[in-house]
Amino acid sequence: MHDKDNQNLTRKELSETLADQLGFSQSNCAQIVDSFLGNLKDSMLRGESVKLVHFGTFTVRDKSPRRGRNPRTGETITIKKRQAISFRPSKKLREQVND
Amino acid sequence: MNKSELIEHLSETLNLPQREATAICNTILERMTEALSDGDSIEIRGFGSFVIKKYEAYEGRNPKTGKKITVQPKKLPFFKVGKELREKVNND
Repeated sequence: MHDKDNQNLTRKELSETLADQLGFSQSNCAQIVDSFLGNLKDSMLRGESVKLVHFGTFTVRDKSPRRGRNPRTGETITIKKRQAISFRPSKKLREQVND
Repeated sequence: MNKSELIEHLSETLNLPQREATAICNTILERMTEALSDGDSIEIRGFGSFVIKKYEAYEGRNPKTGKKITVQPKKLPFFKVGKELREKVNND
């Protein structure tokens, strides 16, 4: 693998791929990609995890409150209970990344 | 939510037959997998980003037997949630 050639996949490339492979118009594809992502987000905002076979699982978990410090002032603050989203890649994705 | 539920939602939101929603889902996920397999990163504003972290070989232990083993170099995809989603998930 050549590090220098590494690229960044964005919404734009995803909608281009849909247009190329499925024949929808470019403007529809942008909307399709947004709906796809919107559905994932809505599920997580409902607190539901998203399990996509062969890809991975997004989970929403509660993080308990803890004491932290403001790194600039050194002041002790309490970090409130919050939610975090984590992603666990599927076995297949982990294998493909190492191929 | 699993993949077939996602396909159902997508087919409703887009008013498209399930068959097309399935093709859309698969195409997007395959393209993302392909990018990560190439070592590329994925950056989706408002959602999050994926990067490949590379690990050198290191000496580890089999947690069950305590035996020393050499862990081969490996790559792992990591997801970092985007600012917008992170803030929304905490706004209830």
